[in-house]
Amino acid sequence: MAEKLKIASYWAADCGGCDVAILDTHEKFLDIVQAADIVFMPIAVDIKEKDVEAFPDGYIDVCFFHGAIRNSENEHMAKLLRRKSKVLVAFGSCAMMGGVPGLANFKDREGILSRVYFESPSTDNPDKVLPQTETQVREGVLTLPAFYEEVKTLADVVDVDYFMPGCPPASHQIVNVFQAIVAGNLPPKGSIVGASTKSVCEECSRIKENKTIKRFYRVHEIIPDPERCLLEQGIPCMGPATRGGCGAACPVANQPCRGCYGPLDGVIDHGAKYISALASVIDANNPEEAAKIFDQIADPAGMLYWFGLPASLLRRVRK
Amino acid sequence: MEQSFEPKIIGFLCNWCSYAGADLAGVSRLQYPPNIRIIRVMCSGRVDPSFVLKALKEGADGVLIAGCHPGDCHYESGNYKAMRRYLYLKKLLKEFGVEDERVRLEWISAAEGARFAQVVTEFTETIRRLGPSKFKEKAASVGKGA
Repeated sequence: MAEKLKIASYWAADCGGCDVAILDTHEKFLDIVQAADIVFMPIAVDIKEKDVEAFPDGYIDVCFFHGAIRNSENEHMAKLLRRKSKVLVAFGSCAMMGGVPGLANFKDREGILSRVYFESPSTDNPDKVLPQTETQVREGVLTLPAFYEEVKTLADVVDVDYFMPGCPPASHQIVNVFQAIVAGNLPPKGSIVGASTKSVCEECSRIKENKTIKRFYRVHEIIPDPERCLLEQGIPCMGPATRGGCGAACPVANQPCRGCYGPLDGVIDHGAKYISALASVIDANNPEEAAKIFDQIADPAGMLYWFGLPASLLRRVRK
Repeated sequence: MEQSFEPKIIGFLCNWCSYAGADLAGVSRLQYPPNIRIIRVMCSGRVDPSFVLKALKEGADGVLIAGCHPGDCHYESGNYKAMRRYLYLKKLLKEFGVEDERVRLEWISAAEGARFAQVVTEFTETIRRLGPSKFKEKAASVGKGA
């Protein structure tokens, strides 16, 4: 029997949903473990960092790295796993584009620490204590990871072989990618895997009629027609600007696309591209009326960069 | 440093009206500051908001988008689309801590050479007052991302 593949999965700054998505391949997961040994995956197997350090370089065949780079520990693990892996996959929106943790780039480090440790209503911290990277105690020095000024993508800190979008990546895509790995049928380095080159709209079965709108709705303000395009009903759906491959999972379930698969090929800024789509759907030719319609969007910048602020052109706020 | 600051301005001018307006300013020998670098586009509706962000990131201190007067667009509605994009783009810039005056939209016809010169003069002064943009990043990091 041929030697089994050695795979790893690790999380940095993310919610852990990517690991759950791997387990959500259900009975297909048995096929995965039949073809591959899991040599490191904190959610499923008890192997520690020191064990990984003891691996020879390039020992892991494929590492699915999910989560953004938020602190020095994330970066350390990214570099360690890069060294130990033949193929490193930025798995999910956070590793690929910064993801939801990347929204922290709307604030700076100081603002975040101050909110969390001084200002939040449930905080009681009269001595203004902040976490330190090193603390001297009787027994020695205790350490904590350093919190970075901004959230970074995996590719910002290490060389990445493949990018797999999704929050999380769809289970059927995980199986597809895994089968491609087992078959040794991988695309050129740097490719986006487990996704389509067409937009979410292409996969969405809703009827599109090129209707324009007079107002925007938040999802709780309207019961959408289940047959018609959500954007044409005034619900900002990022389908037109977003890479497909998920099977239009959200629009099919009556929720707008939030853009977790990121921009399409050739687009340098996901949010900026979506501005074009929004501007085309608004029925107002005078600036005052158009501005009023845009004012109905509750979080204009957050909506555009829900999953990819650190990978955008703007990247972060400027002081 | 502040003394020697010369604003770099990128101007996206539509082929049918504003570029011709700039041309008229030139042939009429009207004086205006040399801070603007003009990029001719077929329509102001061709100006994707990412062009503006990219310009700011790669070193522009200000971006001027100019197109045909409302109702005069060669493609009927391109300038209206530009107007709506511009409104959203300004909101976006504010949220990122960038002065929204750095991006300006103007309607300039082919007959308005004097108006073009005046807009560029005013805009250069605005940007001079604002100082260098905080958006600029080293060229190496531009375009990096997913």
